This record gives sequence, structure tokens and C-alpha cells, in this order.
Amino acid sequence: MPRYSVGMAVLPATRLDAERLRADFPVFDELTNGRPVAYLDSAASTQKPRQVLDSMREFYEHSYANVHRGVYTLAERATAGYEGAREKVRAYINAPSNREVIFTRSATEALNLIAYSWGLENLGPGDVVVITELEHHSNFVPWQFIAKKTGAQFAHIPIDDLGELQLDSLDEIAARGNVKVVANNLVSNTLGTINPVEKLAAWAHEQGAIMVVDAAQAAPHRHIDVQALGCDFLAFSSHKVCGPTGVGALWGRRELLDAMQPFNLGGEMIRSVSLDRTSWNELPYKFEAGTPAIAEAYGFGAALDYVSAVGLDAIEAHEHELVVQTMDRLGEIPGLRIFGPPAERRTGIVSFELEGVHPHDVAQILNWEGVAVRAGHHCTQPLMTRLGVAATTRASFYLYSLPEDVDRLVAGLLKVKETFS
Amino acid sequence: MSDLEQMYREVILDHYKNPRGHGALEHAHAQAEGQNPLCGDEVTIYVRFAEDGETIEDVGFEGRGCAISQAATSMLTELVKGRKAADVAALPKEELLGEIGIPLTPIRLKCAILGLGVLKVALHRSKGTPLPAEWQGLADELQLD
Repeated sequence: MPRYSVGMAVLPATRLDAERLRADFPVFDELTNGRPVAYLDSAASTQKPRQVLDSMREFYEHSYANVHRGVYTLAERATAGYEGAREKVRAYINAPSNREVIFTRSATEALNLIAYSWGLENLGPGDVVVITELEHHSNFVPWQFIAKKTGAQFAHIPIDDLGELQLDSLDEIAARGNVKVVANNLVSNTLGTINPVEKLAAWAHEQGAIMVVDAAQAAPHRHIDVQALGCDFLAFSSHKVCGPTGVGALWGRRELLDAMQPFNLGGEMIRSVSLDRTSWNELPYKFEAGTPAIAEAYGFGAALDYVSAVGLDAIEAHEHELVVQTMDRLGEIPGLRIFGPPAERRTGIVSFELEGVHPHDVAQILNWEGVAVRAGHHCTQPLMTRLGVAATTRASFYLYSLPEDVDRLVAGLLKVKETFS
Repeated sequence: MSDLEQMYREVILDHYKNPRGHGALEHAHAQAEGQNPLCGDEVTIYVRFAEDGETIEDVGFEGRGCAISQAATSMLTELVKGRKAADVAALPKEELLGEIGIPLTPIRLKCAILGLGVLKVALHRSKGTPLPAEWQGLADELQLD
């Protein structure tokens, strides 16, 4: 098995103290057999700090009403809280304007919004929709569906055996027709691969295409700058960045959003309605029909504050150390195969298989040891097919993960091996 | 490790590592296959009837997947051998789950009853009887055929 070295080119200027941060997370106060859960499923969803939970309760207790249009004080406060969260999202991804930041239900809904509102109007026969073999179903299935509906071709960028995009396939893809959209995750949810989105965005623009970035797995762990990425749309969710479920964000370039039709129709998204015609509200409200997840958006903002205060550089460095430790230790287990690129080119995600043991059995036995991992296809079935497996076991980290969690994972895996030997 | 977990080790793993009734049957009178798309479990079951055309004389299976799915199918072959096809076609899943003997989460329950669902499809098809309604939804979900 390959071993991976610890070396980082630049030592992090700031470090985080995961032990200290864990005091913010009530879930780790709960002990089973005297120990907290070794929570290694943060790529699926993160645990929530008190700061976020408290912010939402205080919002409900002191500032809650429906947003916009209300003339009374509570409604003003609620609107200020909701719009304040929008500003926090904008700052977090360095978007040029608040008007380009749309609250959605999830990253999935954000990606569907683009596929429907932009795709249905702009795609047709002769056009090519480009995704990658690494995509989560949420950035794959909507495009596959809209391509079929509009008669556009659906092309994928393949990966190599390390789970990295094979960009030498781009010329062949460009030869197939008019490339109109390129959709890629900044970080693979299954392998942790950090994808060259800037390069893809430049290529997309050379083709006259738009670049859609699924940042669900990147935004919690790395600095995101939509202007530096050069993309046209970017989606991420709250619940993977210490915030509540039920809310996500879409950023899009204003001229594209302006030209698009709404996704959902109803209240809030209109300017005027009469019996024979309706006109749309201005951005971002054109895309926010109905009462939004107000307190959740507020909590999303509080989560971004929390993560920013910890520091994304420190989070990235912390997770890198854990990934190096994990890959080194797992590499010593006979019959264990790690998927994906070396530690230097991935975030805090390690997917693997243990020879002769189904991932569900691995996860079940690890659960008895108090270790929570994910087993399955991780909503990346085309990638599973490419890797030649039905499922993998995945360990993923966040700012509260400890080296001891990795020790417990390794000890649990040795028990799995012993059990199945 | 709790007693229940001990049982997982002993009963399930014994059947997983040494499956009973493993392998395709030649001259099978009934046959079906199924998959659990969630974890990629696959099971194919073969049934041979005795001369009365009703008694299950032999049953075999092939498959791959998690320990629960494969061990449960192995246990199933022991459970049904020598019984009447009509009885087995109506066999409640609780009888098999009792044999497995450990509590299962909803996700793993589907692994456990994959083999039973496949066997029911095989028996009902060979007898020309409809699959009971309660199994129909599962048959779609588990891609039984």
C-alpha cells in the first residue's frame, strides 16, 4: 500500500485547538460507554455548535416575524436578521453583490434552480452539457434530465485511477458540439479530490459556456472566492458548515440571473400581479418565492461567523493533518484500499474498502465501537461504477475531529478484520 | 461487546463464511433473482420440488453483498427445505427475522429479507399465483425478478 508523507509546503500560520472547540458542541457531551461518538461523517452533515443553536433560539424569541413588507418593529428586526445573513453569505464567498445571493432550501435546490431556470431556456440540440465522473447526483441528475428534455448532449469528464479529472479529454468533448455548460464540484464528496475549477471555468468561457460550481464540500473547509474561481454560479449548503438544515445558498452572476426565468412562482417573487399578467420582483427576491427558512438563514449566518472565527486556514491545516494520519494508519492495514488522490490534493475525506467485507458490515461493527462513518455509494453511483465497487466506507473530518477519532477508527477496523477473518 | 453483538458474530458470520445451500441447482423448477440497490447486494435463488410438485426438496442460492443479506439467505435455505411451496410462499418475514435474532435498523432489514423476497417471487411465479400485496412494493424496491 502507498504511504503518504506528512510534508506540507507551507506550515500553517494559525492552528486550531479541536479539544477546546468541542466544548461548543453539545453532542460531544453525550457519552456512550464513557466516550463521545467518534463522529467521522461530517461530509454528510456537520454537528452544530451552541453559538448557532443559541442564535436561532434568540432569533425566534426576540426577532421573529415574517420577513419583508411588514411595517411593525418585529418584522423589521426579522428582515434585518435575514438580510444580515445574506450579507454574511456574500462576504464568505466574496460575491460582488448581495443581490446575487439567493437563499434556497439546499445546495441541491440551488443546482436544480440553475438546471431548470437557465438550462431549459438556453439548451437545445447541438449543445453539450459537461459534467464529471466525480459529481454528486445533485449536480449530475438535474443536468442529465434537462439535457434529455432539451435534446442537448450529456458529456462527462472522466477521472484517472487516482480520482482526478482527466482534462486531456476536453478537446474531444469540445468537438462534439456547442459546449454550453460545465458543472463540477470543487471538492468530491466521495474522494475529497480538489478539482481544478479555475482551469475548467477558463475552458468553459473559451467555449462560450457557463461554469457551475457545486461547493457543498468545499465551502466548509476552504476559502471560497467566486471572483477568483471565475465561475458563473456557485452553490453550497448551511448544514455542512455547522449551520441548520433546510437552507442553502446560490450565487450567480447578475446578468445571468437577470435574464433567467423564475424557478418557483408565488408570493414574494412578484412585482405586480393582474388577471392577465405578472411581472417579477428584483434580484434576489425573484428566486425566493414563498416564506423562506428565516431562522435557518439566520443560523446559517451565525454558522459562517463561527467557522470564520475559527479560521478556514486553520481548519484546512487541521483536516490535512488528520487525513495524513488516517492515510498512513489505514495504509498499514492489510487488505485495505484507499480511493482517491494523495493527501496533498484532497480535503478531509478518506474513502476506502476492506477486502472481503461489505462497507455496511464495516459501518455496523464500527458503530458498536462508537465510531460513526458512512457506508454506501455516497450519491455518486457513476463514480462507484468507475471505481468498480458497489459501495465504499467513508471517514470525513471537520474542525472538531480529533487524532483520537482516527485511532478509534483504526482500532475498530482491526476489530472488523478480526471478526471477518 | 454485548450478547446481541456476540450473536452477530457467531450466527451471522457462521452463515456468511459457510453458507448453506450455496450454489446454483441444476434442473431447478423455480428461480428468481433480486438486488438491493442501496448496498449492491445480489441474490439468485433456485428451487427444486419433490415428486409431489409441492414439497421443496432442495433450494440453493448464489449471491454477493453484505453479511446480513448473504447469511439471511443461507439461513432461509435451512428454514424452508422440506416445507410445502404454498406455506413458504406465505411465510411471514418475522419467522426469518426470528432466526436472525438481532435487531435490525430499517436499512439493514432490507438486506435481511432480500433472499426471502426473491424466494417468494420464484415460488409464486412457478405456481402462477400473484405475489402478496405486502411484498409488491418491496419487489419493486429490491428489483426482484
